[in-house]
Amino acid sequence: MAASSSPDQPLHRALGLTDTELEDIISVLGREPNPLELALYGVMWSEHCSYKSSRIHLKRLPTTGDKVLVGPGENAGVIDAGDGIAIAIRIESHNHPSAIEPYQGAATGVGGILRDIFTMGARPLAVMDPLFFGTPDDARQRWLIEGVVSGISGYGNSVGVPTIGGELTFDPCYQTNPLVNVLCVGALPVERLVLGIASGTGNLAVLLGSATGRDGIGGVSVLASAGFEGEDGAASLDESKRPATQVGDPYEEKRLIEACLALLDEKLVVGIQDLGGGGLACGTSELAARGRVGMDVDVDAIPRREPGMEPWEVMTSESQERMLAIVTPDSLPMVIELCGRWEVAATVIGRVTEPDYDEAGEPVGMLRLHAGGAVVGEVPAASLADEAPLYERPLVEPANRAARAAIDPSASVEDIDIADALLSLLLDPIPVYRQYDHQLFLNTVIGPGADAALLRLAGPGLPASSRGMSLSTDSNPRWGSLDPRAATAATVAEGVANLACTGAVPEAVVNCLNFGNPEHPEVMWQLSESIDGMADACRALGLPVIGGNVSLYNESGGSDIDPTAVIGTLGLVEHLVERPPSVGWSEGETVLLLGADDAGLLGGSQLAVDYLNNRDGRLFDLDLAEFATTAALVAGMVAEHAAGRPGLLGSVHDVGSGGMVVALAEMAIAGDVGATVSTGVSTAGLFSERPGRFLVTSTDPEAVAAQAEIAGVPCRVLGHTGGDSLVLVGQLDLAVSTLAQRSATALESALDAAG
Amino acid sequence: MSASIGVIVFPGTNCEHDAVGAVDALGGEGRLIFHTDTSLGQLDGLILPGGFAHGDYLRPGAIARFSPIMEAVRTFAEAGGPVVGICNGFQVLCEAHLLPGALQKNRGLTFLCQPSELEVVSTSSVLTSSATVGQRLSVPINHFSGSYTCDLDTLSQLESQDRIMLRYVDNPNGSIDSIAGISNEAGNVVGLMPHPERAVSSLLGSEDGAVLLRSFLGAAAAATVG
Repeated sequence: MAASSSPDQPLHRALGLTDTELEDIISVLGREPNPLELALYGVMWSEHCSYKSSRIHLKRLPTTGDKVLVGPGENAGVIDAGDGIAIAIRIESHNHPSAIEPYQGAATGVGGILRDIFTMGARPLAVMDPLFFGTPDDARQRWLIEGVVSGISGYGNSVGVPTIGGELTFDPCYQTNPLVNVLCVGALPVERLVLGIASGTGNLAVLLGSATGRDGIGGVSVLASAGFEGEDGAASLDESKRPATQVGDPYEEKRLIEACLALLDEKLVVGIQDLGGGGLACGTSELAARGRVGMDVDVDAIPRREPGMEPWEVMTSESQERMLAIVTPDSLPMVIELCGRWEVAATVIGRVTEPDYDEAGEPVGMLRLHAGGAVVGEVPAASLADEAPLYERPLVEPANRAARAAIDPSASVEDIDIADALLSLLLDPIPVYRQYDHQLFLNTVIGPGADAALLRLAGPGLPASSRGMSLSTDSNPRWGSLDPRAATAATVAEGVANLACTGAVPEAVVNCLNFGNPEHPEVMWQLSESIDGMADACRALGLPVIGGNVSLYNESGGSDIDPTAVIGTLGLVEHLVERPPSVGWSEGETVLLLGADDAGLLGGSQLAVDYLNNRDGRLFDLDLAEFATTAALVAGMVAEHAAGRPGLLGSVHDVGSGGMVVALAEMAIAGDVGATVSTGVSTAGLFSERPGRFLVTSTDPEAVAAQAEIAGVPCRVLGHTGGDSLVLVGQLDLAVSTLAQRSATALESALDAAG
Repeated sequence: MSASIGVIVFPGTNCEHDAVGAVDALGGEGRLIFHTDTSLGQLDGLILPGGFAHGDYLRPGAIARFSPIMEAVRTFAEAGGPVVGICNGFQVLCEAHLLPGALQKNRGLTFLCQPSELEVVSTSSVLTSSATVGQRLSVPINHFSGSYTCDLDTLSQLESQDRIMLRYVDNPNGSIDSIAGISNEAGNVVGLMPHPERAVSSLLGSEDGAVLLRSFLGAAAAATVG
């Protein structure tokens, strides 16, 4: 069992607490904690719940803006989208559970993030899943991929929330520590916005949903806040951690969503909080701490799945599909009746109490746990929720940075076989995406696989609106490995570029920072640099950061993953009545490149890493002001089409991973039409990846060029569409059918090769 | 006169709002009916929408057929009222024996959400009466258990009685005889796996589902069941 002591391992260490942290707890309480209390601190002071290593750095992010209704720190960030509608968004990781039990790990990741969204009063409308696996050349990767994808599909499809995109990245650094991130967006009538705050002495704490079992005990501390050990670092060797993963029930969650949204519509709850990582320990202490009140909890009243559970197990269990609502005694009968309609259990397990007052007269809400007729635990709620120690861990720049930067892969590409390289980089993730329901709610205008997803801003119970909502998740560990600061800034830009292809104006970002062991100074340096890069780009582009998640200890066998900052970008399309131009071009159009050429640097590019097997070099320089102008020009042109006005574009695609040649190939494949173009760049320039370049097609290229000139954006005619082959004069001549065949089968053949 | 269409909601149903939205957009009036109700009230037609009724942890639809509302659905159907089961609704109608056969897991054993090309085989049902035989319709599928199967006697009966309404052009899920949708003998009860309610707007990619739902609304408006 996770929390047993032995002569050589005292209980606090078995719970993931250091000796110093134990001393802090003794000083808060003025006495030794009992084992139950120690278990509460073990959960709440874990890295996963407390952000104790990252919090001092996260303060450097810009978090405010005109449209921000709720910033970081709540269950989800919320912006005002206009027309009386607010949008709630959050991103999380479920990396370690998915490494151990891929189906349930991924499934409960979806379930958890949905609860964060409907806790705010929003109906979850879409999910995106950025996934990172090792190279698919062994059976274990195949097991992980199939398990994770079917977990997302099995849970998301049944719970009735469409999965509209994500990312699929393969890199050896994830071989034993896959990353499973999940983003959820929901919408609500502005007036329904609720916060997770307990208030009103005598109000009742009502537990909604599933009974509490022994699943997921220690999930946040034992599992999420430590690396995988094992001799070769393989997660399979940490079998003893399997009981710390949870098991999901999408049917329970679906009824819980409907019941909670109905309770909020009827204004029957004062505050509400989901129970995820940290379970009831987290839910009760956060509700009380935010309201600066106390809470009495009757542990015996909590419905259980099995007999013989100890109070510490009940309080720290991460059993899924549970919510904790604060309701007035008068509303209780209606709450129980409404929950009964949806077959959701509702049990009074506690009540809000007056806070004590300290010597300075400040309120100190006490969390008191009762069992067997006695008080079995009593701690200040805020000491659990807000007062974990903050660490300013040492930072060290990796010693080999300069040496790596000097090994430039750009120098060695002029004689490569461009066709062979291009074909090796093409991979259409459709075999994954077609397993996700991406259409529910009749909102999905552009689904998975394009630059960004585009949805109508509509849903049950929302005021009418003709706006659209655009979403993208982006990350680049290849860039991150070379320069986490520049990489994260460029990743923010990449998200904005993707949104521009749907005609959207970016409004806010959320982030999921997946890094290695924070006790390694190089990892802390990467984290700090990455946060600075995000802050730089968000300030330059006027984007508030309204939520985030930090996942540390992504290591195994002592080896850390490459820095993986996932940025979720949310934007709005003012008027969405027609499908905007897609990635696929048509016959008889002119192909143009908008945006300044880059310097052809290949450090961190997909070509260098995946084809040349060179992970060194220097990252491109990105001028954010120039970038913003180009993205705004493209977004404006696309928005004309979306609004149903006559536009200039036949197709549009952002130059991203794989560079210009991959983007051209994807446009040819999507349109099933060839083209003859003169790229005007060297081989390195075909594959370099700096964001801020867009390929568009038009039957009125002069008008496109004129608009670009007015905006001050470089614009170049590359050639014309037509025929059955993609011809890059003097560089490449490949049949579109060959490109399409390779792209469509790449994923399945890679997985099949694993046997 | 616009048709009043009831959309049945089991716990775990998730396409009910989409069905009501599509009905309303095509000039009908959709309203939700909860599975614990025992009467339908004044309605011209019924939709059993998609989703995962009661979680579908047993066979899809196997528990939903015992829901209190199902007796009223049966009475309505037997009186000739227009009923269409979409996806999970088709599975429920099969489990309730209002339609023959069953839906198995897809060939390939994965969930499939993708466009599908359908061919109209017969117009002798409330869902296909305004279509033309041989017409091609692009309507998305979204299911794990969508592979239609039945015994060979039933299959020849379906064929001889002109009860196969829709076939897939390239059979994505391995259905017997590429069947995508069938009707009962009278043609007033239809089940299909594709989602016509997801194809009623060019903004979302296809309007072909409207051909089917307009037939249904027309039949409902003309029906005299009540």
